[in-house]
Amino acid sequence: MADDLLTIRDLSVDYGTKRGVLHALRHVNLSVPRGRIVGLVGESGCGKSTLISAIIRLLAPNADVTSGVIEFDGRDLLGLSEDDMRALRGREVSMVFQDPMNTHNPVLSIGRQMTDIQYRDDIGAGAKRRRAAGMLGEVGIPDPDSRLGAYAHQFSGGMRQRIAIAMALMAEPKLLIADEPTTALDATLEVQIIHRLRELQEQFHCSILFISHHLGVIAELCEYVVVMYAGEVVEQGTVRDIFHNAAHPYTRKLLECDPGRIREETRNLPTIPGEIPDLVDVPEGCIFRERCPDAFARCASDRPDWREVAAGHHSLCHLTGEGA
Amino acid sequence: MAALLEVEDVRVRFRVKSGVSALIDRGADPFIEAVAGVSFTVDPGETVGIVGESGSGKTTLARAITGLVPAQEGSVRFQGAELRGLKTADLIPYRKDISMMFQDPIGSLSPRLSVRSIVTEPFRIQGVKDRDLAAECTRLLRMVGLPAHFAGRYPYQLSGGQARRVGVARALALSPKLIVADEPTAGLDVSVQGEVLNLLARLQDELGIAIMIITHNLNVVRHITDRMAIMYLGRFVEAGPTREVFYRPRHPYTLALLAANPEPDPDAQLGRIELSGEVPSLLSRPPGCEFHTRCPFAQGRCSGEAPAQASAGDGHLYTCHFPLVDGQPPERDAA
Repeated sequence: MADDLLTIRDLSVDYGTKRGVLHALRHVNLSVPRGRIVGLVGESGCGKSTLISAIIRLLAPNADVTSGVIEFDGRDLLGLSEDDMRALRGREVSMVFQDPMNTHNPVLSIGRQMTDIQYRDDIGAGAKRRRAAGMLGEVGIPDPDSRLGAYAHQFSGGMRQRIAIAMALMAEPKLLIADEPTTALDATLEVQIIHRLRELQEQFHCSILFISHHLGVIAELCEYVVVMYAGEVVEQGTVRDIFHNAAHPYTRKLLECDPGRIREETRNLPTIPGEIPDLVDVPEGCIFRERCPDAFARCASDRPDWREVAAGHHSLCHLTGEGA
Repeated sequence: MAALLEVEDVRVRFRVKSGVSALIDRGADPFIEAVAGVSFTVDPGETVGIVGESGSGKTTLARAITGLVPAQEGSVRFQGAELRGLKTADLIPYRKDISMMFQDPIGSLSPRLSVRSIVTEPFRIQGVKDRDLAAECTRLLRMVGLPAHFAGRYPYQLSGGQARRVGVARALALSPKLIVADEPTAGLDVSVQGEVLNLLARLQDELGIAIMIITHNLNVVRHITDRMAIMYLGRFVEAGPTREVFYRPRHPYTLALLAANPEPDPDAQLGRIELSGEVPSLLSRPPGCEFHTRCPFAQGRCSGEAPAQASAGDGHLYTCHFPLVDGQPPERDAA
C-alpha cells in the first residue's frame, strides 16, 4: 500500500543463547497504514515483544538483526544513527506498556513526569504544565490541574493506564505502540480504555499498533489484524478478513479456541494440540505444520510463501489460494 | 448433602495507618475492610466462580479461606470444622484437603526446586512416608499430561502452560477435596487456557474435587462453573446459579460486567452499559448502596440507604434497591 506509515519487510532477529542461536523472528512482513489501528495477535513467546523492540531499536544486547528493512515514514530505522533514533523515540513513535502499576516513577509527581518528558520543547515551564493538564483532561482524568501534584499510587489502575496513554500522546506521535495495555485491567475498565484510544486516535490521527492476545478487544478496536505464530507473521488482513474469512489454519484454530466464541456451554474447550516448536532448532518447512490439521507432504519440506488471498489480505500457507 | 465449605460473614481488615497517624487524623479509620462480610458455600464436587475487578477482594477472600491471611470476623467451616483463628500448625492437617493454586504460574514455584521436589513437597510436609515419591511424581505428572522426564526440570525451563500444569500436579498431590484456584488461566494463551480448564474439569469428574475459581474472565466462568458470585468492594453484590446470573442478572453491576465482555466479532452489536466514574477507594466507601456512584440506574434512595440482600429464588441473591427485570431497569419510583 502506498500510504503505509510503517512497513516491515523480511525482518529476522536472532538471539544468542546458551543453547545456541534462537531464531526469534523469521522473515516478518507487516504494514501499518497511516492513521489506522492495527492489532497484533499471537500467543506468548511468538515474538510480539521482539518485534516491538526491533521497531524502536531497543533490542537486548544479545539480539542480532540478520535481515530485513523497517521503513518508517520514508526512513529505514535500522540504518538510523543512535542520535537520530533517540530523537525519534517518544516524539514520532511512543509506547504504552502492559503494566500500569509499574510504568510511572513512584517518587515523582505525575505533573513532574509529564513536564519532564517535554524536555525537547522550547516552551516555558508554565506552558508545559498547562499542556500536561490539558492532556490529562483529554484522557478523562477529572480535575486535571490539581491532579498534576498527585503521585502514581494515588490513582487507580485504569487511571494510571490512561495517564500512560496521555504521556505517550503528548508529543503527538505518528505511531503509538500499545503493548497489551488492558491486560492488567478488568472488563469495564478495558472497555473504557479501548474507547478512549479510538477517540484519541481520531483526534490525533496517529497510527496505533495494538498488541493483545484478547481477541474480543482486537475485534472491537482494530481495523487491521496481524497474526503471529512462533516468530513468523502467518496472516495479515482487515479485521473482517481475519475474523470472518481467516485463511491460515493457525488463525482459524486460534479463533476456535476463544471461549468467548463458543455459544453453547461446554466443559470441554477446544485447544490446539501439540507444543510451540523449539526456535533454536527451527523445523524445516511450515512452522505450524506439526499442529496443523490440514498439513500435507509439501508442508514438511518447503517454507510457504507470503501469498495474497485478496487485496490487502495475505497468508503464509501452501493452501492459500489453492481453493481449499 | 452437607456443604464441604461454609463461609459465613467473613471479614478481613488490613491496617493502612499506624495508630498514631490515625489519632492525628482524628476519627480516621486505620483499617480498610478488603473482605466485608462474605457468605457462601461450596458443595462436594461443585465448581463455584468468584468474579470481580482487581482490588475487589477476590484474592484476599481466597487467602482468608486457606488461612494465608487472618480473617478478623466470621466463620470458615470445612466439613463442619471451624478453620478461622487456627494457628498455622493446626491448619496443616486441613491443607491435605484444601489446596491452593496461586495466580502467577511460574512465580508460585520455588525457582531452586526441581519439578520433582515441588510436586512431592506436600508429602514431606504432611509427613506421608509410606509412598514411593518417584512413583508418585510420575503418576502426578502423567495425570496433568506432562512426560515423566519433566521431573528433573526447574521452573525457568517451563513454559507458562507447563508451569501451570506443575501447579495443578502439586495441588492434586494429596488428593484434596477442594481446590482454591486463584486466576488459574491469567496470562495464558487461549489454547493453553483451554487445556488447563479441560484438565481441571476432567480431574473434577474423575476425582470428585470441588473447585473454587477466582477469575475476571467471564467466558471461563460461563463454561465451567455451577454457581458464581460477583464481588464489588469486598462484598458479593450478586450470587447464584451461573446460568441465572448470566441470563437474568439482577444487579446493574453484573449487567455492566457482562456487557463489557468484548465479543470476538467485529460486527457484533453491543449493548454496552457505560459505567461512569472510578472504583471508589476502600478508604472512603460511598454511603448507601456502594455502587450508586457508578450505577447508570441509581435513584435518590440509593445514595442514602444501603440495600438489604434479596432473593430471586433458587439461591439467586442480590443487593440492590431497584433490581433489573429481564436485563432492564425497572420503572422509576414515583417518589
